[in-house]
Amino acid sequence: MAAYKIYFVAWSTLLVLTAVTVAVSYLNLGLWNASVALAIASLKAGLVALYFMHLRHEIKLVLGFAVFPFLILGLILVGTLIDAIYRF
Amino acid sequence: MTTNHDAHNGAPVSARLGIWAFLATELLLFGALFTAYAQFRITHAELFHQEHLKLNRMLGFLNTLVLLTSSLTIAVGIAAIRRGLQKVLKICLALTLALACGFLFIKYLEWSHDFHQGWFPRTNLFFGLYFMMTGLHGLHVIAGMALMVWLLIKAQRGAFSAEYSTPVEITGLYWHFVDIVWIYLFPLLYLIG
Repeated sequence: MAAYKIYFVAWSTLLVLTAVTVAVSYLNLGLWNASVALAIASLKAGLVALYFMHLRHEIKLVLGFAVFPFLILGLILVGTLIDAIYRF
Repeated sequence: MTTNHDAHNGAPVSARLGIWAFLATELLLFGALFTAYAQFRITHAELFHQEHLKLNRMLGFLNTLVLLTSSLTIAVGIAAIRRGLQKVLKICLALTLALACGFLFIKYLEWSHDFHQGWFPRTNLFFGLYFMMTGLHGLHVIAGMALMVWLLIKAQRGAFSAEYSTPVEITGLYWHFVDIVWIYLFPLLYLIG
Protein backbone atom coordinates (compact mmCIF):
# COMPACT_ATOMS: atom_id res chain seq x y z
CA MET A 1 0.00 0.00 0.00
CA ALA A 2 2.93 2.34 0.71
CA ALA A 3 3.55 2.73 -3.02
CA TYR A 4 0.04 4.12 -3.52
CA LYS A 5 0.20 6.40 -0.48
CA ILE A 6 1.06 9.52 -2.49
CA TYR A 7 -2.17 9.15 -4.52
CA PHE A 8 -4.29 8.83 -1.40
CA VAL A 9 -2.60 11.89 0.12
CA ALA A 10 -3.25 13.91 -3.06
CA TRP A 11 -6.86 12.68 -3.17
CA SER A 12 -7.63 13.55 0.47
CA THR A 13 -6.07 17.00 -0.03
CA LEU A 14 -8.35 17.47 -3.06
CA LEU A 15 -11.42 16.48 -1.00
CA VAL A 16 -10.47 18.91 1.78
CA LEU A 17 -9.93 21.74 -0.73
CA THR A 18 -13.34 21.00 -2.29
CA ALA A 19 -15.00 21.23 1.14
CA VAL A 20 -13.13 24.50 1.81
CA THR A 21 -14.23 26.08 -1.47
CA VAL A 22 -17.88 25.12 -0.82
CA ALA A 23 -17.69 26.51 2.74
CA VAL A 24 -16.13 29.79 1.53
CA SER A 25 -18.89 30.18 -1.08
CA TYR A 26 -21.42 30.68 1.77
CA LEU A 27 -19.45 33.70 3.05
CA ASN A 28 -19.99 37.06 1.43
CA LEU A 29 -16.54 38.33 0.49
CA GLY A 30 -17.72 40.54 -2.36
CA LEU A 31 -15.31 40.44 -5.27
CA TRP A 32 -12.99 38.13 -3.32
CA ASN A 33 -15.37 35.16 -3.64
CA ALA A 34 -14.45 34.66 -7.30
CA SER A 35 -10.71 35.08 -6.64
CA VAL A 36 -10.69 32.59 -3.76
CA ALA A 37 -12.75 30.04 -5.74
CA LEU A 38 -10.43 30.31 -8.75
CA ALA A 39 -7.29 30.13 -6.59
CA ILE A 40 -8.52 26.94 -4.89
CA ALA A 41 -9.57 25.45 -8.26
CA SER A 42 -6.10 26.16 -9.68
CA LEU A 43 -4.45 24.61 -6.63
CA LYS A 44 -6.60 21.49 -7.16
CA ALA A 45 -5.84 21.38 -10.90
CA GLY A 46 -2.14 21.69 -10.07
CA LEU A 47 -2.31 18.76 -7.65
CA VAL A 48 -4.07 16.60 -10.25
CA ALA A 49 -1.53 17.56 -12.94
CA LEU A 50 1.56 17.07 -10.74
CA TYR A 51 0.60 13.89 -8.88
CA PHE A 52 -2.11 12.04 -10.84
CA MET A 53 -0.79 13.05 -14.30
CA HIS A 54 2.82 12.55 -13.15
CA LEU A 55 3.98 15.95 -14.39
CA ARG A 56 6.40 16.22 -11.50
CA HIS A 57 8.48 13.40 -13.00
CA GLU A 58 7.94 14.43 -16.61
CA ILE A 59 10.73 15.33 -19.06
CA LYS A 60 11.07 18.94 -20.26
CA LEU A 61 9.75 18.33 -23.78
CA VAL A 62 6.46 16.85 -22.54
CA LEU A 63 6.21 19.59 -19.87
CA GLY A 64 6.46 22.12 -22.69
CA PHE A 65 3.59 20.40 -24.51
CA ALA A 66 1.53 20.56 -21.32
CA VAL A 67 2.21 24.21 -20.46
CA PHE A 68 2.26 25.89 -23.89
CA PRO A 69 -1.52 25.68 -24.59
CA PHE A 70 -2.15 27.67 -21.40
CA LEU A 71 -0.25 30.60 -22.97
CA ILE A 72 -2.58 30.44 -25.99
CA LEU A 73 -5.62 30.27 -23.70
CA GLY A 74 -4.23 33.26 -21.80
CA LEU A 75 -3.98 35.24 -25.03
CA ILE A 76 -7.59 34.40 -25.94
CA LEU A 77 -8.85 35.31 -22.45
CA VAL A 78 -6.89 38.55 -22.11
CA GLY A 79 -7.65 39.66 -25.67
CA THR A 80 -11.38 39.12 -25.15
CA LEU A 81 -11.66 40.45 -21.63
CA ILE A 82 -9.70 43.69 -22.19
CA ASP A 83 -12.53 44.68 -24.51
CA ALA A 84 -15.25 43.61 -22.06
CA ILE A 85 -13.67 45.41 -19.11
CA TYR A 86 -13.01 48.73 -20.88
CA ARG A 87 -16.44 48.82 -22.42
CA PHE A 88 -18.31 48.60 -19.10
CA MET B 1 9.73 5.27 1.52
CA THR B 2 11.12 6.19 -1.88
CA THR B 3 9.46 4.60 -4.85
CA ASN B 4 11.62 4.33 -7.89
CA HIS B 5 8.63 2.86 -9.69
CA ASP B 6 6.91 6.24 -9.59
CA ALA B 7 9.80 7.80 -11.45
CA HIS B 8 9.42 5.37 -14.32
CA ASN B 9 6.97 6.45 -16.99
CA GLY B 10 4.90 3.60 -18.33
CA ALA B 11 4.19 5.06 -21.76
CA PRO B 12 6.84 5.94 -24.39
CA VAL B 13 7.62 9.63 -24.93
CA SER B 14 5.90 9.65 -28.35
CA ALA B 15 2.62 8.45 -26.81
CA ARG B 16 2.85 11.03 -24.01
CA LEU B 17 3.52 13.84 -26.52
CA GLY B 18 0.55 12.64 -28.58
CA ILE B 19 -1.94 12.69 -25.73
CA TRP B 20 -0.69 16.07 -24.43
CA ALA B 21 -1.04 17.54 -27.95
CA PHE B 22 -4.61 16.21 -28.03
CA LEU B 23 -5.26 17.66 -24.56
CA ALA B 24 -4.01 21.03 -25.88
CA THR B 25 -6.83 21.03 -28.45
CA GLU B 26 -9.25 19.99 -25.72
CA LEU B 27 -8.07 22.82 -23.47
CA LEU B 28 -8.76 25.34 -26.22
CA LEU B 29 -12.17 23.76 -26.98
CA PHE B 30 -13.24 24.21 -23.35
CA GLY B 31 -11.17 27.42 -23.16
CA ALA B 32 -13.42 29.10 -25.74
CA LEU B 33 -16.44 28.34 -23.51
CA PHE B 34 -14.63 29.56 -20.40
CA THR B 35 -13.82 32.77 -22.29
CA ALA B 36 -17.49 33.19 -23.24
CA TYR B 37 -18.40 32.58 -19.58
CA ALA B 38 -15.94 35.24 -18.39
CA GLN B 39 -17.14 37.74 -21.00
CA PHE B 40 -20.84 37.37 -20.15
CA ARG B 41 -20.22 37.20 -16.43
CA ILE B 42 -18.69 40.70 -16.71
CA THR B 43 -21.41 42.10 -18.95
CA HIS B 44 -24.34 40.34 -17.15
CA ALA B 45 -23.09 40.15 -13.55
CA GLU B 46 -26.59 40.50 -12.00
CA LEU B 47 -28.13 37.76 -14.15
CA PHE B 48 -25.28 35.32 -13.45
CA HIS B 49 -25.52 35.95 -9.72
CA GLN B 50 -29.30 35.40 -9.61
CA GLU B 51 -29.34 32.34 -11.84
CA HIS B 52 -26.42 30.48 -10.25
CA LEU B 53 -28.33 30.39 -6.96
CA LYS B 54 -30.87 28.10 -8.68
CA LEU B 55 -28.29 25.31 -9.10
CA ASN B 56 -28.01 22.64 -6.41
CA ARG B 57 -24.67 23.32 -4.73
CA MET B 58 -24.74 20.05 -2.76
CA LEU B 59 -25.26 17.89 -5.87
CA GLY B 60 -22.40 19.74 -7.57
CA PHE B 61 -20.25 19.15 -4.48
CA LEU B 62 -21.16 15.47 -4.42
CA ASN B 63 -20.32 15.11 -8.12
CA THR B 64 -16.94 16.76 -7.53
CA LEU B 65 -16.18 14.16 -4.85
CA VAL B 66 -17.27 11.35 -7.20
CA LEU B 67 -15.07 12.58 -10.05
CA LEU B 68 -12.03 13.23 -7.84
CA THR B 69 -12.36 9.71 -6.46
CA SER B 70 -12.51 8.29 -10.00
CA SER B 71 -9.21 10.06 -10.69
CA LEU B 72 -7.76 8.33 -7.64
CA THR B 73 -8.96 4.89 -8.78
CA ILE B 74 -7.47 5.21 -12.28
CA ALA B 75 -4.19 6.57 -10.84
CA VAL B 76 -3.97 3.59 -8.46
CA GLY B 77 -4.80 1.24 -11.36
CA ILE B 78 -1.91 2.67 -13.40
CA ALA B 79 0.49 2.42 -10.46
CA ALA B 80 -0.62 -1.22 -10.04
CA ILE B 81 -0.11 -2.28 -13.66
CA ARG B 82 3.35 -0.63 -13.61
CA ARG B 83 4.08 -3.30 -11.00
CA GLY B 84 2.40 -5.96 -13.12
CA LEU B 85 -0.68 -6.30 -10.88
CA GLN B 86 -3.35 -7.13 -13.45
CA LYS B 87 -6.07 -7.93 -10.94
CA VAL B 88 -5.73 -4.59 -9.12
CA LEU B 89 -5.87 -2.83 -12.50
CA LYS B 90 -9.12 -4.57 -13.40
CA ILE B 91 -10.70 -3.68 -10.04
CA CYS B 92 -9.58 -0.06 -10.43
CA LEU B 93 -10.92 0.21 -13.99
CA ALA B 94 -14.27 -1.21 -12.87
CA LEU B 95 -14.41 1.25 -9.95
CA THR B 96 -13.57 4.17 -12.25
CA LEU B 97 -16.34 3.09 -14.63
CA ALA B 98 -18.82 2.78 -11.75
CA LEU B 99 -17.92 6.24 -10.42
CA ALA B 100 -18.32 7.72 -13.92
CA CYS B 101 -21.82 6.15 -14.05
CA GLY B 102 -22.54 7.72 -10.66
CA PHE B 103 -21.40 11.11 -11.95
CA LEU B 104 -23.72 10.88 -14.97
CA PHE B 105 -26.62 9.69 -12.82
CA ILE B 106 -26.32 12.74 -10.55
CA LYS B 107 -26.03 14.90 -13.69
CA TYR B 108 -29.23 13.28 -14.98
CA LEU B 109 -31.02 14.11 -11.71
CA GLU B 110 -29.87 17.73 -11.96
CA TRP B 111 -30.82 18.18 -15.59
CA SER B 112 -34.26 16.58 -15.18
CA HIS B 113 -34.89 18.91 -12.23
CA ASP B 114 -33.79 21.87 -14.39
CA PHE B 115 -36.08 20.87 -17.26
CA HIS B 116 -38.93 20.28 -14.81
CA GLN B 117 -38.47 23.83 -13.53
CA GLY B 118 -38.58 25.10 -17.10
CA TRP B 119 -34.88 26.01 -17.30
CA PHE B 120 -33.54 25.29 -20.76
CA PRO B 121 -30.47 26.30 -22.78
CA ARG B 122 -32.55 29.03 -24.42
CA THR B 123 -33.81 30.38 -21.05
CA ASN B 124 -30.98 32.92 -20.74
CA LEU B 125 -27.23 33.37 -21.20
CA PHE B 126 -26.37 31.71 -17.91
CA PHE B 127 -28.38 28.55 -18.54
CA GLY B 128 -27.18 28.49 -22.15
CA LEU B 129 -23.57 28.34 -20.96
CA TYR B 130 -24.40 26.01 -18.06
CA PHE B 131 -26.01 23.40 -20.33
CA MET B 132 -23.35 23.80 -23.04
CA MET B 133 -20.41 23.48 -20.63
CA THR B 134 -21.77 20.66 -18.45
CA GLY B 135 -23.13 18.94 -21.60
CA LEU B 136 -19.80 19.01 -23.42
CA HIS B 137 -18.11 17.84 -20.23
CA GLY B 138 -20.71 15.06 -19.90
CA LEU B 139 -19.94 13.90 -23.45
CA HIS B 140 -16.28 13.68 -22.45
CA VAL B 141 -17.26 11.55 -19.45
CA ILE B 142 -19.22 9.22 -21.76
CA ALA B 143 -16.20 8.97 -24.12
CA GLY B 144 -14.04 8.19 -21.09
CA MET B 145 -16.46 5.44 -20.03
CA ALA B 146 -16.26 3.88 -23.51
CA LEU B 147 -12.45 3.89 -23.17
CA MET B 148 -12.70 2.24 -19.71
CA VAL B 149 -14.88 -0.54 -21.15
CA TRP B 150 -12.35 -1.09 -23.94
CA LEU B 151 -9.49 -1.17 -21.42
CA LEU B 152 -11.41 -3.62 -19.21
CA ILE B 153 -11.93 -5.99 -22.16
CA LYS B 154 -8.23 -5.79 -23.04
CA ALA B 155 -7.21 -6.23 -19.41
CA GLN B 156 -9.50 -9.26 -19.16
CA ARG B 157 -7.51 -10.81 -22.02
CA GLY B 158 -4.28 -10.08 -20.17
CA ALA B 159 -3.06 -7.44 -22.63
CA PHE B 160 -1.41 -5.25 -19.99
CA SER B 161 1.70 -5.90 -17.93
CA ALA B 162 4.54 -4.07 -16.21
CA GLU B 163 6.22 -3.86 -19.66
CA TYR B 164 3.20 -2.67 -21.64
CA SER B 165 0.56 -0.37 -20.19
CA THR B 166 0.49 2.51 -22.72
CA PRO B 167 -3.30 2.55 -23.42
CA VAL B 168 -4.05 2.61 -19.68
CA GLU B 169 -1.54 5.42 -19.07
CA ILE B 170 -2.87 7.52 -21.96
CA THR B 171 -6.52 7.01 -21.00
CA GLY B 172 -5.58 7.97 -17.46
CA LEU B 173 -4.17 11.31 -18.65
CA TYR B 174 -7.38 11.97 -20.62
CA TRP B 175 -9.52 11.09 -17.61
CA HIS B 176 -7.57 13.41 -15.29
CA PHE B 177 -8.01 16.21 -17.84
CA VAL B 178 -11.79 15.70 -17.77
CA ASP B 179 -11.53 15.88 -13.97
CA ILE B 180 -9.60 19.19 -14.17
CA VAL B 181 -12.28 20.70 -16.43
CA TRP B 182 -14.90 19.84 -13.79
CA ILE B 183 -12.64 21.27 -11.04
CA TYR B 184 -13.11 24.66 -12.77
CA LEU B 185 -16.73 24.19 -13.89
CA PHE B 186 -17.97 23.44 -10.38
CA PRO B 187 -16.94 26.72 -8.67
CA LEU B 188 -17.62 28.87 -11.75
CA LEU B 189 -21.18 27.61 -12.28
CA TYR B 190 -22.35 26.47 -8.83
CA LEU B 191 -20.41 28.58 -6.33
CA ILE B 192 -19.79 32.05 -7.74
CA GLY B 193 -21.98 32.24 -10.88
